[in-house]
Amino acid sequence: MSHKNIQENSGPEGSFRSEIFRRRSRYITVFIILAIAFLVIIVVNVNSGNVNIPVARIFDILLTKSGDPKEVDIIWRIRLPRILMAAMLGGALSLSGFLLQTFFENPIAGPFVLGISSGAKMVVAFTMIFSLTLGHAMSSYSLIAAAFAGSLISIGFILIVARRVKNMAALLVAGIMIGYICSAVTDLMVTFASDSDIVNLHGWSLGSFSGMNWSNVRITAVVVGVTFLLTFLCSKPIGAYQLGEAYAQSVGVNIKFFRIALILLSSIFSATVTAFAGPISFVGIAIPFLIKSALGTSRPIVVIPATFVGGAVFCMFCDLIARLAFAPLELNISTVTSIFGAPVVIYMMISRRRGMR
Amino acid sequence: MNEKYFELSNLSVGYNRKPLIEDICLDIKKGEIVTLIGPNGAGKSTILKSIARQLEILGGKVFFDSKEIRDISYKELSTKMAVVLTERLKTELLTCHDIVATGRYPYTGRLGILSREDEDKVDEALRAVNALDLGSRDFNAISDGQKQRILLARAICQEPEIIILDEPTSFLDIRYKLELLSILGRMAGEKGITIIMTLHEIDLAQKISDKIVCVSGDHVTGYGTPQEIFREDVIRELYDIDNGFFDPMFGSIELMKPEGDVPEVFVISSGGTGIPVYRELQKSNTPFAAGILYTNDMDYQLARLLACEVVTEEPFEEISERAFERAKELISISGRVINAGVRIGTGNRRIKELLDFAEALGKLGRAEQAGVLE
Repeated sequence: MSHKNIQENSGPEGSFRSEIFRRRSRYITVFIILAIAFLVIIVVNVNSGNVNIPVARIFDILLTKSGDPKEVDIIWRIRLPRILMAAMLGGALSLSGFLLQTFFENPIAGPFVLGISSGAKMVVAFTMIFSLTLGHAMSSYSLIAAAFAGSLISIGFILIVARRVKNMAALLVAGIMIGYICSAVTDLMVTFASDSDIVNLHGWSLGSFSGMNWSNVRITAVVVGVTFLLTFLCSKPIGAYQLGEAYAQSVGVNIKFFRIALILLSSIFSATVTAFAGPISFVGIAIPFLIKSALGTSRPIVVIPATFVGGAVFCMFCDLIARLAFAPLELNISTVTSIFGAPVVIYMMISRRRGMR
Repeated sequence: MNEKYFELSNLSVGYNRKPLIEDICLDIKKGEIVTLIGPNGAGKSTILKSIARQLEILGGKVFFDSKEIRDISYKELSTKMAVVLTERLKTELLTCHDIVATGRYPYTGRLGILSREDEDKVDEALRAVNALDLGSRDFNAISDGQKQRILLARAICQEPEIIILDEPTSFLDIRYKLELLSILGRMAGEKGITIIMTLHEIDLAQKISDKIVCVSGDHVTGYGTPQEIFREDVIRELYDIDNGFFDPMFGSIELMKPEGDVPEVFVISSGGTGIPVYRELQKSNTPFAAGILYTNDMDYQLARLLACEVVTEEPFEEISERAFERAKELISISGRVINAGVRIGTGNRRIKELLDFAEALGKLGRAEQAGVLE
């Protein structure tokens, strides 16, 4: 990461050099805290549930796959895939938000508020019902593809609106409206779907990490992994874009290409999330904000990896609560992310207003 | 190479394929400071955006180092041309150092990590705009004047041959205006960087620029050195001024002369003593006459614009009968005569007679007594 090179700076001003050192230490501290939180939350997550498995035995089971076959089964077949999915999708969701915020130059942009998740949900629901009536279940890839198509439809509408109104508030209202329209259409389809489909659809359309399997994990790892890598490689133009389109272009960023890349990357992220876990609210706005505040910078090269890990930790944490809070009853993941995420967003808007002079 | 460095040839610019300004022909030499002036909305910024390739060129060509600018890739152009724009930056949690460092974009690697050399360039650019101490400050927490300097440092850091600035002095107080322009002057003079900018302050444009471009209506109405452009009639026409004056000598802007053709006051002065009196009379909208002024007296430059009549004499000549009689006539018409402080020598000794004449009529007062000053 950038620390090493910044460290080598030989600015003539001593104060300036110490400033760089201070920044670097802050980045490292944040990453260490995130890493610890990441590991702790995984262990706690694996450990807790309807069947509590002691920590000592968890490591045994994780490392050697040996032990009580029932416990091995619970961990390897149910809990581990679910945790990994929560981690990867949480990271993907947060980065999707970060990319959209960069694109719209608006800190409150995110896949959920802009109606992108709902668009994805609508198309997924449609294709799900359609393929189920034809008598076969959908593959993971076609799920993602459907969600991706839905995301692009929503974002297309948003872009048309954005072209006409430059006002950010109006843009968000448009996004929320698109979200409502897509949800209404989804509800309509669910109403007319046959009973067996509804059970399937209902849980998913409210958002949940339950029922994940290793095949989901593998596909998600490939899609999210590649998209993350591409996003990270875009940190340089993203940094230039933070000064606005005109400045970005003046330093040589191919704006047309870059804007399309931003939209595609964020859509793939949010589509993958929606395809597997349904729409999840507020993560995309709250996590990038928290991470940027913690790092004290918005430089993409540090913010992108930290946001991914932060989103992973947050979603694993929320999933833990969704599973345990009213066990054996399970909450929707959005219920939990809203409870924790929405206050952060409100705080963010208040502090931003205060910061503006 | 020096001959055709940056050339605009029959250029048409505008928005959405609608040409706003057509047939622009300019020939800019390396290291020149070229300033576009003209009324609001005339399209100065449109021209800048077009030559910076932020806007599509609608007709004609722009040549940069005898290469057509459309054939230069954005990437290549970014090492030769930097911009400072009017749009306000919306940043969050970025230090001034971060902002300036984005100027290194064309030179850094895939991930944009700054090398030691890049860091040195950033420091150098910050030093050039006297902002080294601002490096670690949050960009949102500094003043407008400081922001503008940081954005200029960002442009300098890009190591361009040309810097394009759109109204760089807006929002700045006079001290920062001067500071910014002197930095630009230094960049052009020492580093041979060509500066193309727009300015609203025509007085400053006159003093810093090598060439002036007048933009008005749908075409460029004038292109030349400040001496050629800053004439009263040119400026009056360019800005369509009917409510004041532009004084090309000092680049100052004067309000309208008091209404009325009959002078209420006659002002006698020399060597600048009349100027504050004229201004006071202008403010109270009192028509006045002035005299007898040599045409090389600085009082004459302002009296010419503000007085309803000025009695003049050729420099260093004795005061002629014609001038003397006309002054007496005007004193007779005027209700008051103000002696703003006049130095009387052998050439203009008849001024003394004029003062005595006014005294005899009981009209004479010093500027202070007349309540015009203080």
